[in-house]
Amino acid sequence: MKREESEFAVIGGGLVGAAIAWGLARLGKQVAMLDEGDIAWRASRGNFALVWVQSKGLGMPAYAAWTRRSSDGWAAFADALGEETAIDVAFRRPGGFALCLSEAELEARAAAMHRLHNQPDMIPYPYEVVHRERLRALLPAIGPEVAGGIFSPLDGHCNSLRLLRALHAGLQRRGGKYLSEHVVDRIEQRQGMFALATSAGEVRAARVVLAAGNGNARLAPMVGLAAPVRPQRGQVIVTERVEPFLHHPMLSVRQTDEGTVMIGSSTEEVGFDDHVGAPVLAAMAARAIRIFPCLGRLNVVRTWAALRVMSPDGFPIYSQSMTHAGAFLATCHSGVTLAANHALVLPPMLEAGSLGTELAAFGGKRFDVSAHG
Amino acid sequence: MFRRTVESTAATISLVVDGNEVRARAGESLAAALLAEGLLSFRRSAVSGVPRGPWCLMGACFECLVTIDGARQRACMIRAVDGMHIETGEGRRRLLP
Amino acid sequence: MSSNRELGDPYELVVVGAGPAGLAAATAAAGLGINTVLLDEQSSLGGQIYRAIEETPLADPAVLGKSYGRGRLLVRSFVASGARHIPGASVWHVAEGQGGCLTVGLSVGSAAHMIEARRVILATGALERPFPIPGWTLPGVLAAGGAQTLLKSAAIVPAGYVVLAGTGPLLWLFAAQMLRAGGRITAFLDTASVENRRAALAHLPGFLASSYFREGLDLMRAVRRGAQVVRGVKALVAHGTERLSEVAFRRLGSTEERIPADILLLHQGVVPDLNLAAAAGCKLTWDERQLAFLPVTDRWGASSVEGIAIAGDGAGIMGSEAAAERGRLAALDAACRLGRITQSDRDRKAAPVAKALARATRGRAFLDALFRPTRAFRVPEGETIVCRCEEVTARQVRESAAFGCPGPNQLKAFLRAGMGPCQGRMCGLTVSALLAEARGVTMGEIGYFRLRPPVKPLTLSELAALPATPAAMEAVGR
Repeated sequence: MKREESEFAVIGGGLVGAAIAWGLARLGKQVAMLDEGDIAWRASRGNFALVWVQSKGLGMPAYAAWTRRSSDGWAAFADALGEETAIDVAFRRPGGFALCLSEAELEARAAAMHRLHNQPDMIPYPYEVVHRERLRALLPAIGPEVAGGIFSPLDGHCNSLRLLRALHAGLQRRGGKYLSEHVVDRIEQRQGMFALATSAGEVRAARVVLAAGNGNARLAPMVGLAAPVRPQRGQVIVTERVEPFLHHPMLSVRQTDEGTVMIGSSTEEVGFDDHVGAPVLAAMAARAIRIFPCLGRLNVVRTWAALRVMSPDGFPIYSQSMTHAGAFLATCHSGVTLAANHALVLPPMLEAGSLGTELAAFGGKRFDVSAHG
Repeated sequence: MFRRTVESTAATISLVVDGNEVRARAGESLAAALLAEGLLSFRRSAVSGVPRGPWCLMGACFECLVTIDGARQRACMIRAVDGMHIETGEGRRRLLP
Repeated sequence: MSSNRELGDPYELVVVGAGPAGLAAATAAAGLGINTVLLDEQSSLGGQIYRAIEETPLADPAVLGKSYGRGRLLVRSFVASGARHIPGASVWHVAEGQGGCLTVGLSVGSAAHMIEARRVILATGALERPFPIPGWTLPGVLAAGGAQTLLKSAAIVPAGYVVLAGTGPLLWLFAAQMLRAGGRITAFLDTASVENRRAALAHLPGFLASSYFREGLDLMRAVRRGAQVVRGVKALVAHGTERLSEVAFRRLGSTEERIPADILLLHQGVVPDLNLAAAAGCKLTWDERQLAFLPVTDRWGASSVEGIAIAGDGAGIMGSEAAAERGRLAALDAACRLGRITQSDRDRKAAPVAKALARATRGRAFLDALFRPTRAFRVPEGETIVCRCEEVTARQVRESAAFGCPGPNQLKAFLRAGMGPCQGRMCGLTVSALLAEARGVTMGEIGYFRLRPPVKPLTLSELAALPATPAAMEAVGR
């Protein structure tokens, strides 16, 4: 078996791993990105492609700020990626809505936004509660049950599949290596080098970044870290392509740049099971039609389910190892929204060998029960 | 081009295709009726807009999509029915008026 | 889940597909006292092979040949069997249900339903193999099997300058049927490699003893008499702007020739229609002789998923006569597993069926070798469209492979190939072949698209009208 050696080994070829790897390669680092094969729990192939700000950070203002920073950096990130790869990831930031189907739902959502913004250390950002009458002027297709919604001009979306391809292409254009079918079995640190035993031979690197999604739970302890993440299933429905009719992304419905309509936003705790289930699809379809009745006659082209990478408090984990210097971990369920940070903000920290204070709140230690004793 | 090999044995019905009256035989598929009328292109690609027509005639390829009384359907899977309104030559559907 | 009274749910056995395998399976099962329903997308029985068997408008159905007539007996036996038939029912989902049952999602007359069954036999038959050549998406270029369906069901034939191209028994059969029906063939471009004949010779004895032998020879002779047959065609291009106008082709060692064409009918064999089986989780395997992925089945047709059997060409191409026998075997096994007959009963009843099956499959190896499609027409070059729905080209697939795309599922994410309405039926084999070749691995290693329900279209309203459990409502909070 041949042996690979590089400055950085990034474990995980999904959106988180690929963004970090591309970012490192842009800094001139030699990077090897290790990935599983064609069949993998690949959350990046199943996500909803929102670059979403509103509603994030209740319970952790630092997360709201981190999200905002990525959202603000996304346009430059998309441009840079487009310049290098000629792939347009279709980033748009027209502002997004979370629509509510009753006054009670709207009040509850507005109250949550209020609480979010009243947290100490919260840096507020613009949002507004839009009631039905005004909403109808903005979104003429809404159904009679829509009571209103929350709008934030910071919300956007992109084509996340093209994003994944662009990051892979960009990495390799920068000389990074993509090692598929390299499932990591063991990580050891010897004489300042990490030796990764994989299904396709050994890979060595001076530093290692764990970005393997739900796989991080297994890998983290190998370098003295903890990533108590669990899979959370989300299902998505996609319709045939239609002429543009919806110009704003929403939490549960959005029209892609290609014309298809995506319907999503379910959460189920079912472990490592990514099958779709008709009852949940039915409930999603019913809700989407209540929001936009015109969707009812569209043909469903595909459905799928994918597994989110969920930490106990729902926030990302960024940590560096105290026992294995040079080992880092990044994991979150917002690989699209945070891609700009992962590509442009995180890599300089990794290069410097230390995560910045901005990320202090995201350590895996926060889940350590004994620490709170 | 396609042509009929037999004189009508089935009842003749009439369809409205893109606003024009078209004769068809009761019982045949809409795709057969349109092909027998000399139509080869049924729709436009929803990706590039180029013309497309039937390929498999058994419901697998989704090339023969037309709009029948407002719903997008595979013409090969629908029997022609007297008075049916059919729109051809469409690409992506328009959801808003 | 609420039961569907108008659909007679629940059933002991659901059979999907009313071709020879499904008809024979449902007939045999009902004969053994099993509460059986046969679901089929078409409005009448017979599948594609016996399409419109009881209602073809052809003035003289004999133009379709002797074998077509065999369907009538199958249909009539089924009608007399007492099994229920729901026509116009497209099945878009089969999944594990409650209490060891299977749940079948179907759509009838623009309404979706879920029905329960203890066992399911999938008899989904075959699809024509993709035939990706430059210009194959032009109006006027059709699958030969599609044109055959038009002849059977509507008595219409291609007219004007008609070119047939490709290989396989169906292409020759259709050419003969078309000529008998009064059609004219401008040219028949045979794409089978001349080397195929040598490979086929090894299987000659089986073929000589088969029913295909006599019928096949007569057929090819009739086609050669009625049409100009061009052998050893190595390259094909369909030209035209808004529709087909010309076909260009090249023979071994010759320059390009061009002929005007109004209709080009392409065909290079059939492969199992496995979308429903694969979406239900049935394991697939690569078969090098058939150049196709097949669901893994045992001698009874049982798949890797408990309760689901696959009968007929959907489990591997063996032809219509074999399909009926395979349907009977699957029905016997279902009866046994439902406790209706003992295992020794099953085996005793299966003995003559197995014998008939062996007889019916004689000569298959010869046909597979003789009509084996060549690489040039399975693994396209350059800007040839691979995925018709999403307009993905061979060059794009190769580029993705070059930057490390490990297989068809990552490719789907990268390029959208297989994501359109046909769900990979028109491109799956081509995508896998391109990737396997580019990465230097076997088809078995590269694998196939992972398929998901609904495997047949339904509208969002239909989906929304299905019952949602309280847990499902809870899962969809916002």
